[in-house]
Amino acid sequence: MSEPALLAVEGLTTWFPVRHRGWRLRAPQRHVHAVDGVDLTVQRGEIVGLVGESGSGKTTLGRSIVRAVEPTGGRILFDGNDITHLSSRALRPFRKRIQLVFQDPTSSLNPRLRVGDAIGEPLIIHQLADTEDARRRRVEELLAMVGLPGEAMRRYPHEFSGGQRQRIGIARALATGPELLIADEPVSALDVSIQAQVVNLLLDIRKRLGLSMLVIAHDVAVVEHLADRIVVMYLGRIMEMAPSRALCRAPRHPYTAALLSAVPVPDPLLRRAHIPLPGEIPSPVDPPSGCPFRTRCPFVLPACAEARPQLREVSPGHWSACIRDDVLPS
Amino acid sequence: MLLSINDLSVRFATAAGTADAVASLSFAIEEGETLAIVGESGSGKSVSALAIMGLVPNPPGRVTSGQIVFRRRNGSTEDLLRASSARLRDIRGNEIAMVFQEPLAALSPVFTIGEQIAESLRLHQRKSHADAMRMAVRMLGSLGISEPEMRARSYPHQISGGMAQRVMIAMAMACRPRLLIADEPTTALDVTIQAEILSLIRQMKEETGMAVLFITHNLGVVAQIADRVAVMYAGRLVEEGPTKQIFSSPRMPYTSGLLASVPRLVTDDSPLVLSAIPGEPPSPLAHPRGCAFHPRCRYAVKGLCDTTPPPLRDLGNGQAARCLRIDEIVGGAT
Repeated sequence: MSEPALLAVEGLTTWFPVRHRGWRLRAPQRHVHAVDGVDLTVQRGEIVGLVGESGSGKTTLGRSIVRAVEPTGGRILFDGNDITHLSSRALRPFRKRIQLVFQDPTSSLNPRLRVGDAIGEPLIIHQLADTEDARRRRVEELLAMVGLPGEAMRRYPHEFSGGQRQRIGIARALATGPELLIADEPVSALDVSIQAQVVNLLLDIRKRLGLSMLVIAHDVAVVEHLADRIVVMYLGRIMEMAPSRALCRAPRHPYTAALLSAVPVPDPLLRRAHIPLPGEIPSPVDPPSGCPFRTRCPFVLPACAEARPQLREVSPGHWSACIRDDVLPS
Repeated sequence: MLLSINDLSVRFATAAGTADAVASLSFAIEEGETLAIVGESGSGKSVSALAIMGLVPNPPGRVTSGQIVFRRRNGSTEDLLRASSARLRDIRGNEIAMVFQEPLAALSPVFTIGEQIAESLRLHQRKSHADAMRMAVRMLGSLGISEPEMRARSYPHQISGGMAQRVMIAMAMACRPRLLIADEPTTALDVTIQAEILSLIRQMKEETGMAVLFITHNLGVVAQIADRVAVMYAGRLVEEGPTKQIFSSPRMPYTSGLLASVPRLVTDDSPLVLSAIPGEPPSPLAHPRGCAFHPRCRYAVKGLCDTTPPPLRDLGNGQAARCLRIDEIVGGAT
């Protein structure tokens, strides 16, 4: 890995202020610690999966990377350039290189825009097609890439099914020839038989275009099929990070182990022993000291409350933020 | 037989035309059994559940044919589609209860959780307010909710989604129903919470001996909870049988396609492959002729599958499937 990462996130922090209740005018300002010191890289051509449950900060992290929300601290390096504090004008050339795929293709496409115009819009904005004819050819090429017929460009989003609309969303994201796709729950709104189609489409696009992806999803099984590496988040922090197969086969962090054990196995002859997690996820306004998972961890020690555990490389490429090495088999 | 549905058809009149949401559906649930209805969007799985509860919105929906025969606690049988509303009120929430996908949308924001659980006890079992509240608190405690007295006094906006689903289950279980209908009860929840809710339903079932009709699109959940599976596609039942058989030897190509397209969490060295079913589930407004699955089926034969609607064939081992080529594609279905 001598080549610099395409995306490097260093100590990224995104806090949101909590609005005061009226009568507590002098109370100190409190914050939701949505993302709390995250280090992450995406190499060229790599698919990184970001998994976590609701409230883990995975979506905020994705939105912070594209500066849809302003990070409170840390740095975002894209292809070696620090884009953390760029003005929106200075950010524009980077917007072309980082594109987004959304969860709900129905609400992310303008219903009044024909599909051809929706996909062609980024080409106009970034001045990537000089003539109408060039634009039409490029749109046709993009539709073909996502497995839709060229005549789709003359139709409106409502004429398509959910799976087809997600393909249109992907075609639109690919229009500017991005180097990085950030996809937030790209398949979770789709039917099971269609999910597999879109997962395979994303893998195919990576193979053909060699681009990188950061895929944010709650479904670990989907992510395992899609990603080279998986990053597990809990309460705004990274708990574990490893090559997908290694992480699913031998998780080293107790939270990952509990998360994996909860995934229902589609085989009636197999029942994985489910590791129950007591209580609820703590409030991100007032996260526990030390390890954020310690309040629910079956292996908690007094030391877990003292210092925030750092990510340690427990085996090559496999990082875990747990101070205990003795509880899970490596 | 606790519940038997015969030849149920439900139609919706929409601006774009008539949708055959459920087309001559028949199935039965035995006492104490967990039956999972599996299907994708538009398969008619949720509408069938609504029909059992008499909750098909009319208009635009209308039950156009069929019977839903329920055996009551006292041994008498009742066709729920023809019962008087007084009878239905007596059965619903009492002998048949339902939990929904969005618990926070199903709870009333203006009553406390305790009051909402107590309501059905007061209604169906004529308990006093104080007794019903005490039972509600006990109910919450038995569902593993900490500080049940305090929780009973909270309002829905003060609790999390997972807690709200437990409250919904407490409401449903309050009168010890003989049938629990659970429509995607864990779809909106995180997996760790889902696992808890599933074991809670399993535990309630063991304690009370109730039957469960579990509606879901998630085959992982089905494998973990169901005794029997009914697969629906385009408003029809296309395959049914014991869970182990359906998973190990599905006979309808849609079932096997669906099983192959589920991403499995692979925790060993087996290969990671996802084989998708081509195409999309059909719109209920325009079900394909013949076998509704034929445009997506790799075994479809021109002049047969696109013209002749396949009958549901009993395979003799408790399994039944709807496929014209069932004898030719044995074993090759996956």
